[in-house]
Amino acid sequence: MTSAAREAQASGRKVRLLVGKVGLDGHDRGVKIVARALRDAGFEVIYTGLHQTPEMVVATAIQEDVDAVSLSILSGAHMTLLPRVLDLLKEKSATDIAVFAGGIIPDEDIPALKKAGVIEVFTPGASTRSIIDFVHQRIRPRRG
Amino acid sequence: MARTKGTLEKESGTRAHGSGRPGWEERTLRPALEKNPERDVRFTTVSDFPIQRLGTPEDTAAMDLEKDLAGPGEFPYTRGIHPTMYRGRLWTMRQFSGFGTARLTNERYRYLLSQGQTGLSVAFDLPTLMGRDSDDPMALGEVGREGVAIDSLADMETLFSGIPLDRISTSMTINSPAAILFAMYVAVAEKQGVAIEVLEGTIQNDILKEYIAQKEWIYPPRPSLRIITDIMSWCAGNVPRWNTISISGYHIREAGSTAIQELAFTLADGIGYVQAGIEAGMDVDAFAPRLSFFFNAHNDFFEELCKLRAARRIWARVMRDRFHARDERSWKLRTHVQTAGCSLTAQQPYNNIVRVTVQALAAVLGGTQSLHTNSMDETLALPTEEAVTIALRTQQIIAEESGVAGTVDPLGGSYFVEDLTRKMEEAALDLIHRIDAMGGIVPAIEAGFPQREIAEAAYVYQMQIDAGEKTVVGVNKHTIPAEDDHRIPILKIDEGIEKDQLDRLRALKASRDAAAVSRALEALRKAAAGKENLMPRILDAVKAYATVGEICACMKTVFGEYRETPVL
Repeated sequence: MTSAAREAQASGRKVRLLVGKVGLDGHDRGVKIVARALRDAGFEVIYTGLHQTPEMVVATAIQEDVDAVSLSILSGAHMTLLPRVLDLLKEKSATDIAVFAGGIIPDEDIPALKKAGVIEVFTPGASTRSIIDFVHQRIRPRRG
Repeated sequence: MARTKGTLEKESGTRAHGSGRPGWEERTLRPALEKNPERDVRFTTVSDFPIQRLGTPEDTAAMDLEKDLAGPGEFPYTRGIHPTMYRGRLWTMRQFSGFGTARLTNERYRYLLSQGQTGLSVAFDLPTLMGRDSDDPMALGEVGREGVAIDSLADMETLFSGIPLDRISTSMTINSPAAILFAMYVAVAEKQGVAIEVLEGTIQNDILKEYIAQKEWIYPPRPSLRIITDIMSWCAGNVPRWNTISISGYHIREAGSTAIQELAFTLADGIGYVQAGIEAGMDVDAFAPRLSFFFNAHNDFFEELCKLRAARRIWARVMRDRFHARDERSWKLRTHVQTAGCSLTAQQPYNNIVRVTVQALAAVLGGTQSLHTNSMDETLALPTEEAVTIALRTQQIIAEESGVAGTVDPLGGSYFVEDLTRKMEEAALDLIHRIDAMGGIVPAIEAGFPQREIAEAAYVYQMQIDAGEKTVVGVNKHTIPAEDDHRIPILKIDEGIEKDQLDRLRALKASRDAAAVSRALEALRKAAAGKENLMPRILDAVKAYATVGEICACMKTVFGEYRETPVL
């Protein structure tokens, strides 16, 4: 364990999440429910609002020092936008920020997204409980 | 809160052999409940609106049959806007479609028309809806994905190639850039040699619900309303049979509102447009007959059909009594209905066919003028041709086999239906009055009021589903393991489409008269900064093959851009 992680654990730092929408897609019903459910579950949640570019999301994620980025896409552009976010995180040497996603994403696209580095994909019908459980299990504070 | 359990509250002053509901409850219901309690659930609509156990004559006793109900085709049109309804003419079966390039969508349209569809409904891709060209950096990955990509008049000419615009009616789901896409349609008609005054169709052109729900905006609310009043006024003089705004509750509901919020916010938007038209100096009867509506049909059968009945009654009274419209056509709420996309499930997708059937039946019994039935695969992707055909057949079976089209408003007079209609009307009017007290819908939107109300309702509904208080078959009840679930074919949008469209756009920009484009845009900019009607300038610009993105960018220099403060 790094000293930063020990420090985070000792200080009980909360998991910080950036929850957002990329692209022109305006469907924000789901993302707002998820953001609120995660906040009510005790995580620190920053919601980007609509119409973010991958560049904007990555810049905010680094500036806000979040532990994970959760992106909602219902427009069908996930195979373009999600890999772009991951590439940009790599460019900025910020691959320790985890990326997970949700939205209208066909099952057959999920293996390719996971291979590109998206750690989880939630599809229609996922409960807020399953998303909260996932964050509890898989997302840790990066540093204090 | 509704009576929730299988118990009966003590009704005072009732005797075992009393008459009406109290008598029945004492005499028959109470002993029955003692033996067999009702199911242990809260009896509410899908929107959590309390419902009665039984409708009885007491519920309609206070109703003035002449004033509140009247006959079909009579004010306040509770029973429908036409005297004969579907005995005269069936509703228009209008399936929303569009994907990829104009050429691909044109093929789908010709197929749909050959299958008996009676009108077209254009779905544009996201960049077009947002007023951006296919080569805009924000359009990356979105071109042709959720609808058809239209950058210029050249694409629109391809989209309607071989389809005579004087013989069909076309609905275009376009809002912020509506004036531009409509101008392109007019220009295509002129090129086909069709007199534009015979054109029939609808542009959605409902910007207020964009700020409230769908979030596809460009300019701030006030300049957006100016563009809309310019369209209303230009159409009144030039394309008199065109529906200039489709005031839409559909997206409000999809964003998670309740049925009552959908009803109230939609009618409040309508009131906002009428007010804006009057303030722009128009006579209410010059434009109000061309306003139409667009509602959602969700799962709760009675709530949905009562919503449509209540909507007609409220609108008729608002138009006659508040805005003093004298033309009967201004009083009549004409509506399109689409079944609820948000009610469909990815799990056990064939169940969606059944949901759509129930929803479509509610829309028909509610008296809709046109209907879109969703395809079972729309929660996964754009629909395949097979899925679209089943959805269209669903309407045809309701229309031609079920028998419901043979009697006008067959549920009218039902104690339960009339009571629920009245209660929904009252609840919606309360919300409308709250909006009026804020100064109308524009200040209410600027204060984030409808946005917050909807987000709250959406959250509550999701919590109810997660807790199992509300059932979604296949999702939180009657589930099967994912690996056993049916796989249905999914429409794939070819990755080559984006490149094809970019090539087309590049070729257009190289071949058009660049000086003519600049001149037209400069004239438009001046018009936007002044007070003249924008429509003729927009028409000139599209005929010069200026693109959607160029025209919007030009108007943005004058009107600015809208930015939302997100509310969670």
